[in-house]
Amino acid sequence: MKKSASTLFRVAVAASALSSAALVATNAGAAGPAYQSAHAGGTLKLLATGAGGTLDPQVNYTLQYWQLYQATYDGLVTFQKVGGTPSFDVVPDLATAMPTVSKDGLTYTFTLRKGIKFSNGQPVTVNDVKATFERLFKVSNPNAGTWYDVIAGGPACVSKPATCTLPGIVVNPTTNSVVFHLLHADAEFLDQLAVPFGAILPASTPAKDQGSTPIPGTGAYKFASYNPNTSLVMMRNPYFKVWSAAAQPQGYPDTIEENFGQTVESEVTSVENGQADWIFDPLPSDRLQQVSTKYAADVHVHTLTADWYLPMNVNIAPFNNLKARQAVNYAIDKNAAVTLDGGTQLATPTCTILPPNFPGHVDACVYNKGTGSTYAGPDLAKAKALVKASGTLGEKVAVVSQNDPVDANIGQYVVSVLNSIGYKASLKPLSQNIEFNYIQDTNNHVQISLTQWFQDYPAASDFINVLLSCANFHKGSPNSINISGMCVPSLDAKMHQAETLMITNPTAGNKLWGQLDTQIMSQQAPWVPLFNPKLVDFTSSRVGNYQFSLEFYMYVDQLWVK
Amino acid sequence: MTSSTSTTSSTTTTVRGSESPWRSSLRQLRRNRASMAALGLLVFVAVASLLAPVYAHLVAHVNPFPANVQGTIRLGGKTVSVLQPSSVGFGVTPIGPTWNFSTYFLGADPQGRDVFARLLYGGRISLLISFSAAVICCVIAAILGMAGGYFGGAIDWVVSRVFDIVWAFPVYLLAICLSVILLTSGLNIAFVHIAPGSLLLPILIIASVYIPYVGRPVRGIVMTLREREFIQAAVGSGASDWRILRKEIWPNVAPTVMVFFPMMVAFNMLTESALSFLGVGVQPPNATWGTISNDGLQLLYTRPWVSIAPGICIVLTCAALNVLGDGARDAFDPKAKLRGGA
Repeated sequence: MKKSASTLFRVAVAASALSSAALVATNAGAAGPAYQSAHAGGTLKLLATGAGGTLDPQVNYTLQYWQLYQATYDGLVTFQKVGGTPSFDVVPDLATAMPTVSKDGLTYTFTLRKGIKFSNGQPVTVNDVKATFERLFKVSNPNAGTWYDVIAGGPACVSKPATCTLPGIVVNPTTNSVVFHLLHADAEFLDQLAVPFGAILPASTPAKDQGSTPIPGTGAYKFASYNPNTSLVMMRNPYFKVWSAAAQPQGYPDTIEENFGQTVESEVTSVENGQADWIFDPLPSDRLQQVSTKYAADVHVHTLTADWYLPMNVNIAPFNNLKARQAVNYAIDKNAAVTLDGGTQLATPTCTILPPNFPGHVDACVYNKGTGSTYAGPDLAKAKALVKASGTLGEKVAVVSQNDPVDANIGQYVVSVLNSIGYKASLKPLSQNIEFNYIQDTNNHVQISLTQWFQDYPAASDFINVLLSCANFHKGSPNSINISGMCVPSLDAKMHQAETLMITNPTAGNKLWGQLDTQIMSQQAPWVPLFNPKLVDFTSSRVGNYQFSLEFYMYVDQLWVK
Repeated sequence: MTSSTSTTSSTTTTVRGSESPWRSSLRQLRRNRASMAALGLLVFVAVASLLAPVYAHLVAHVNPFPANVQGTIRLGGKTVSVLQPSSVGFGVTPIGPTWNFSTYFLGADPQGRDVFARLLYGGRISLLISFSAAVICCVIAAILGMAGGYFGGAIDWVVSRVFDIVWAFPVYLLAICLSVILLTSGLNIAFVHIAPGSLLLPILIIASVYIPYVGRPVRGIVMTLREREFIQAAVGSGASDWRILRKEIWPNVAPTVMVFFPMMVAFNMLTESALSFLGVGVQPPNATWGTISNDGLQLLYTRPWVSIAPGICIVLTCAALNVLGDGARDAFDPKAKLRGGA
């Protein structure tokens, strides 16, 4: 996924339903701290420079609103609402228990909880569940054709969304059962049900993007009003009763407001002055030191499972030449990129596609000064020799980056490095609203760009398969998330092998993903992995009970303002 | 030069009957102390900017264009990083002004480059763009204004409508729109190909948005002149249009254009700075005072000099240009037509 509020995330596949189920067995019911009613009440004030687009949970693909959906919507299953690593675990939510999965992995049987109501007072029924998944196709959900088409009838819904019916979902109102029939086993099916796209909505919801009109949900809060130019207001859902604190705990503030339109600088000042409680946007670099020293107790830093990287277009000059790509890998100083991101306390240099502590990650550094597996620095001599050997010396290269300060600074640095190894490089800074789609579209002939990828859920395939497989390279499309355009059938076959292995043997599957990571970097070098970032949350001094999910980040509804 | 004595210069020839109006105006300009001080400041800025490579290579020993993220310098006998990690808390801060003329006098920017060296190089490009755009603007505006005012009819209608259309847009909005479009693709019209990063783009954009501001007054003056006796006499004597425009009209229009010129340079400098500050003007790693201000925006709290220094340069240069423009108007346009006078 892309963190940027304005940009759609993309696709994904593969992980481990069986391993999720196994984890759930050990973590089910491991809810957060007990609810302390003394802290309930008040208004939590959030700030963001801009709104996150449509409020429709089946269309919106931004972290900005996925964070808020945690308190407003529920799926059959969800990621556990606790801090730390257990927040990656999938637990039953509107379903009474984790599903019964057939031996061949093709049938998932859920039982829907009884007595739960939407925020408009309407009871949740199994018909709502079926209608929800059909609506996913009707509203052109970004991942309908890559995640949910595994449901029997899905491919037909992709081709004719307006008349979508899913024979692969069989519901029984008497027993409250919901059975999913899949076309093939999918190790990540439960993860895909647990993200907000899988939120159960009333069957009566119109089958088109609802934009700024709130759709009733089942969470502890409901969206009371939304004006993308000014503010978004969440209030308590009067029909909500806790059925599983691990899935949907009771929230603390009575009202949660997110206001839009200030600059980040003034947002920081507002939080410092206690006029607001949290800002969505990254802290500006010139305020980091002040905030982190003067308000140290209110600053929360978390390592993210994400990559900042430079995808190189393997299909056009000069980077259609392996030696040229390897040269750039040797030349870029990842420590310099870390410095430009805010220093070693806010980012860690990386050489691999899979972030550290992520399933499948293996410590390795193919392009390094020396032979160690930990990054030691650039090797400019080797880089210059490779450029010369590649026959691409003196070619023009345009580096595309976003125009915000951090991206533009790193972009300028990359231009300097490319010039130093013999290219004629220039920077093309673009608005963050368009850059992500621009660099994906092969019609724009982007040679090298700067971008980021944040996990959708904890699975190696969400990086390697999503970002580097043939299936996700679409010529001429602005939604071609395989930005480097790498398509190597032998590597694709190995990715498929790893996905299949994840269903039966996750350990072996993850080992294979790790091997693939190193193999891709050494044989293809389609990227320059730069660093793994950290997230800095800055809260006001009146806020308490800060909790952080590795999946959806800070739980806004769990903050105390009293 | 019959025509000029009959118009603008008639009042300026009183001191010495034999002195040409141009010489008289220049003498009057030289007597204006404020204008001369402004001219001195402009010359100083221009010379300092021209000497940028000398300063960078021989005094500061820096290359102000490539990133210097991991660079170090000797300061007080110690080797320190140009971008310094915070000793407490988070973040990385460029070194501040050393006030040592030979080492990062005004500190470093977010890329670790010497701000003072970039400021000098930035002055070269800012002045180059401002002057070039002013020259192009004044030349085209004078040609269009003279053609429209003299020939009238269809030519005047076309010229006037073009001026109206360009004038209908707020200058900065039009400049930003043109810049955004041309920034990514460059200019490709017939045989004219200008690369996206070329300095010619901001020069042409800025020149084109200000053409009506000079062209309209020129057209008005020419329309008035056209009815004057000396023009009618020239027409009656069989002089060609080209000769009348060159020998009779232009000498009377030239003082107006000269008065406009310094003001246009000032306007152009402000526009270039604004575009570069917004990221749609000159592109990195090239430096102008606008791009340096933009670089400093992210350091306003910790290293304000990165933004303040180019701001001061812009203010002083524009103020000097305006004072010089006032002096030129007093000398060349004593009836103050451009102030809405007689």
